[in-house]
Amino acid sequence: MENQAAKELLYKMADDALIIGHRNSEWTGIGPMLEEDISFSSMAQDKIGHSWALFKILNKLGENEPDIVAFTRNAEQFHNCQMVEFPIGEYNFSLVRHFFFDLAEYHRYEMLEDSSLGDLAQLARKIKGEIKYHVLHAKTWMKNLGNSTEEAVSRLQGSLNELYPMALGMFEPSPFEDQIVSDGIFGGESELMSKWRSSVMEIIDQTQLELNIDGDWNPLYGGRSGVHTEHLQPLLDEMSEVVRTDPAAEW
Amino acid sequence: MYGGGNVFEPMKVKELIDEDPVLLKEFEARIDRGEKIEPTDWMPELYRKQLIRMIEQHAHSEIIGALPEGTWITRAPGFKRKMALMAKVQDEVGHAQLLYSAAETLGKPREKMIDDLINGKSKYSNIFNYPAFTWADSCFISWLVDAGAIVNQLANAKGSYGPYVRALDRICKEESFHLKYGHDCVATLAAGSKQQREWMQDAINRWWAPMMMFFGPSDKISVHSEVLIKWKVKMASNDAMREQYLDMYVPKILELGFTIPDPNLRRNEEEGKWEITEPDWDEFKRVINGDGPCNKERLAVRRVAEERGRWVREAINRKSENYIVPLA
Ligand SMILES: [Fe+2]
Ligand SMILES: [Fe+2]
Ligand SMILES: [Fe+2]
Repeated sequence: MENQAAKELLYKMADDALIIGHRNSEWTGIGPMLEEDISFSSMAQDKIGHSWALFKILNKLGENEPDIVAFTRNAEQFHNCQMVEFPIGEYNFSLVRHFFFDLAEYHRYEMLEDSSLGDLAQLARKIKGEIKYHVLHAKTWMKNLGNSTEEAVSRLQGSLNELYPMALGMFEPSPFEDQIVSDGIFGGESELMSKWRSSVMEIIDQTQLELNIDGDWNPLYGGRSGVHTEHLQPLLDEMSEVVRTDPAAEW
Repeated sequence: MYGGGNVFEPMKVKELIDEDPVLLKEFEARIDRGEKIEPTDWMPELYRKQLIRMIEQHAHSEIIGALPEGTWITRAPGFKRKMALMAKVQDEVGHAQLLYSAAETLGKPREKMIDDLINGKSKYSNIFNYPAFTWADSCFISWLVDAGAIVNQLANAKGSYGPYVRALDRICKEESFHLKYGHDCVATLAAGSKQQREWMQDAINRWWAPMMMFFGPSDKISVHSEVLIKWKVKMASNDAMREQYLDMYVPKILELGFTIPDPNLRRNEEEGKWEITEPDWDEFKRVINGDGPCNKERLAVRRVAEERGRWVREAINRKSENYIVPLA
């Protein structure tokens, strides 16, 4: 039973990282400036790497090989939050998503550093160091653009409003929430969310942007239980296009 | 990539005869002694213009070259390949960045270079105007197009312009990883199923002719400029680079069990050189002048990226940047 709770946590983390990494890699070659192309690509590589490492832990817990699990499931079998599956959109959308996502990732891995699941705790210590740079990148760009031209500020403001309810979907409670906390695997989604909200506001307050986090927001739930938007399946079809021709082959 | 196939068209600049003879003599003596020319040093206008054009074309080739391979990042089979391909394409974009900086030291701003790319004034390596249909095509590019790029870049790295040479030194180090990655991808397909081997063979069949054009028109028909060789701007003839490529890679391709789609390909041992079917230089000219299978698509992608990103660049306003930036 303990295993199932841990697996649920690992799956959603691995799927989040895989899907956002995949999305952010789509900026390769088309970023607003070469430097941003390179930053998004480098962060995307880290994310895919994190996902791989999490699937390896799942593999040790009895799940299938990482390549099989990642590249052959259907959308309903994915546990990522819906926010990460949306297309990259304009740069403002991708930047705000990255800001919301990585601030949460940072706190999540920080909380996991003393998880009772040894492999995860060890991985968290390593990954937190990388996420630090992702967070630094997100904060720097939010502050720079959030204090610049009228167009930039209004674009970011639009994306904040659009993405905030999606971001709340990251913290959709798990059916194993109590168990996972009492087993010391993870401190839980609600504690994570409150840490995340203060980190988000700390940055927003240094910009011309506004975000009423106490407003009447409707979180975009469903992703954690396999309910997804129409965007996920096509993404997965593309991702597995080559593998599916011969899943048993070496590539 | 990929400085390959640079076209040294004649250009309108100050006649050499109008340059200060004393400075010109000193400049040439420095190059003869193997010294590097630096951004603030005196240089003839022809040297500056040719180098801008060459480095700019090289930079464009890196960024446009990221597109055909980039479309395979989202489809790469498995974690290992996905991560490696992402890293590889990221390197190529980094090469573009390094090269634009090197060209900027000669006085042309990056934005202007990118404008010229988008409006078709400035060229890039012809090979990226061909489509990458399958995963095997992306493997061909990573191994065998990059291999061509390395031949070209190693030659140029012995040139006379300091910032370009230093950029190339860094680039060549990264390219050697690309080559290893690409070879591993191709070798894996070679050792794979019948279907996988067929895909790879088809990719070789598709890319071989463009690859033979990669180094540019044969010396017999290309515009030659003695002075560019003397000034160490152009470091190796197109034919010499093609020969070197064939020497190094034909055996490796055959070793993996693939064939090369040229019935006339043979090594003439008496003359010590390769015989190949003469590439279709009319096609080469047609494609480099904009009428290849993917020219419009590649430039459209670039144009849309520039337009969509304009507000970001305006917002962080980098205009104050000084263009004489020495490279690390
Ligand atoms: Fe390259
Ligand atoms: Fe390159
Ligand atoms: Fe390369």
